[in-house]
Amino acid sequence: MATVSVRQVRKSFGSTKILHGVDVEIADGEFVVLVGPSGCGKSTLLRMIAGLENITGGEIAIGGRVVNAVPPKDRDIAMVFQNYALYPHMTVRENMAFSMKLAKAPADVMEQEVQRAAKILGLEALLDRYPRQLSGGQRQRVAMGRAIVRHPQVFLFDEPLSNLDAKLRVQMRSEIRELQQRLATTTIYVTHDQIEAMTMADQIVVMNGGRIEQSGAPLALYDRPANTFVAGFIGSPAMNLLRGEVADGGFRAEGGAILPLPPGAHRGAATYGIRPEHLVLADDGIPAAIVIVEPTGSETQVSLRIGETPLIGAFRERVAGRPGDTLRIKPDLSLVHLFGPDGARL
Amino acid sequence: MSDVAASPGNTNAASAAPEQMAWDSRTRRVVMLYVPLACFVIILLFPFYWMTVTAFKPNAELYNFAEHNPLWITSPTLDHVYHLLFRTSYPHWLWTTMLVAVAATFISLLASTLAAYAIQRLRFRGSQYVGLAIYLAYLVPPSILFIPLATMVVQLGLFDTPFALILTYPTFLIPFCTWLLIGYFKSIPYELEECALIDGATRLQILRQITLPLAVPGLISAGIFSFTLSWNEFIYALAFIQSSENKTVPVAILTELVTGDVYQWGALMAGSLLGSLPVAIFYSFFVDYYVSSLTGAVKE
Repeated sequence: MATVSVRQVRKSFGSTKILHGVDVEIADGEFVVLVGPSGCGKSTLLRMIAGLENITGGEIAIGGRVVNAVPPKDRDIAMVFQNYALYPHMTVRENMAFSMKLAKAPADVMEQEVQRAAKILGLEALLDRYPRQLSGGQRQRVAMGRAIVRHPQVFLFDEPLSNLDAKLRVQMRSEIRELQQRLATTTIYVTHDQIEAMTMADQIVVMNGGRIEQSGAPLALYDRPANTFVAGFIGSPAMNLLRGEVADGGFRAEGGAILPLPPGAHRGAATYGIRPEHLVLADDGIPAAIVIVEPTGSETQVSLRIGETPLIGAFRERVAGRPGDTLRIKPDLSLVHLFGPDGARL
Repeated sequence: MSDVAASPGNTNAASAAPEQMAWDSRTRRVVMLYVPLACFVIILLFPFYWMTVTAFKPNAELYNFAEHNPLWITSPTLDHVYHLLFRTSYPHWLWTTMLVAVAATFISLLASTLAAYAIQRLRFRGSQYVGLAIYLAYLVPPSILFIPLATMVVQLGLFDTPFALILTYPTFLIPFCTWLLIGYFKSIPYELEECALIDGATRLQILRQITLPLAVPGLISAGIFSFTLSWNEFIYALAFIQSSENKTVPVAILTELVTGDVYQWGALMAGSLLGSLPVAIFYSFFVDYYVSSLTGAVKE
């Protein structure tokens, strides 16, 4: 187990800049999720920590030791790849023991470690099978087993669940989290799925365009997003972000809607953010026309229109309206977010 | 009444339709698939049939089509095979050919595996151009290349030795094998090597323990190609070997079994038949690998 420090790390491929000076501090035993849209540089950053990409500028330290020039095998890390990268010509046992075999570990130690990892992951019965004989979830577990046997200082996961179906993804999500808590190994996990990030992380690092937009605890990001990008990225369904102006008597959104403001809002151009689940049904609310009603069972998501301003609401109540009907809604004022014209939180 | 009359007719029509379709598709299959396939098979196999029939025909049948069916043997004989094996140096030619083909294939596979891996995976500066240059080398026809090569072979004192062929065959085998293997290495996911790097393997360990075991179908393909090309090679073998003892089968049967203007057809065909057997046996062992390397990639 170790701390990981990423200091002013930059990466360019030729003249294309991928990372523009990124700083992340990861505490010992922490589970950090790097999240962001495709092409934001999260996987590149992970690969740089693994040593699979050169570092153009800045430094990366694992356990206090700067590893910029250290080859991957000497960084004491283990990585789980998106497509598992299991060696197809080796059995599960051989796959898991491969790193120990290279390190010339004694046969009994290898077998002991493989058995231990297999027990943790429930793979005992599959040790003599080949990867092609395993299901997606089992392959995923073998990939994790291969990481566990090495007792690394840091686990690196590169979108490990993206090839699994939705149900298995939820199950594996909690298995990975549970395993990480049990082993208490520092973990860096890359995903583009903000739900994975929210449910698994101790710390989320939201990246966009090669920069860190915000980092912090999942609920801190949810409650106080630093800018419109984080506000729109974290949370599902995404936060309503309405451009307009803070004026007397409320927020005048583009499209004509006038929404109530929390006390102390400064006048001027702004973006009004309210999460769908923070809109409530109220008899004294603003009339909004229903566009689409999408019941999910536990809640009902409704696309609405106030004048020409589109909004999405998520209600615990079962909304029975039809398109064109009017619904009266109002935002929970304590949970309204205001962002300046540059996108930063006001 | 008309309804009742109409319905059985309709039923018949409906039940006849699938049969009609089945018959159509069967006819189509015969015309489109089996007839062309049969033509191909006959055209491809007829020379082998002719070769076999001639090899076992006594001379009396061989030179008298008026009284004997040219496509059949009435009284088969092993005379030609006996003549070939015991009155000529055929066993020695066969041995030389085998030695040259195996050694040239081994050298070519070794060199092209390393070249293909370096070009495809190490991605050094200019690797693409090196790949292209190797391919261009393959395009130089042997009929031009054998002149400068002959000078080199003589200067190195290799003329009329098997080494003249073992060392010159790789000039056309390596480019071909390198290109075949570059394509095959490309189909092996790069993550496997990255994973092995993290697991602590060196480049050579990765090549030996990860990439090569996965590239076996590609290696076998390249090996079969190299072996066949070396086995059948004619022009270098004709130019660089002089003594009867050191000749390879394709050259020897043409130069040693044709005396003046007399063609010993029986021995010629027996020599060709025996000479093509090793390649056929070699193919039959590895045909699955060979097909998979041409059609498929690495499956996880």
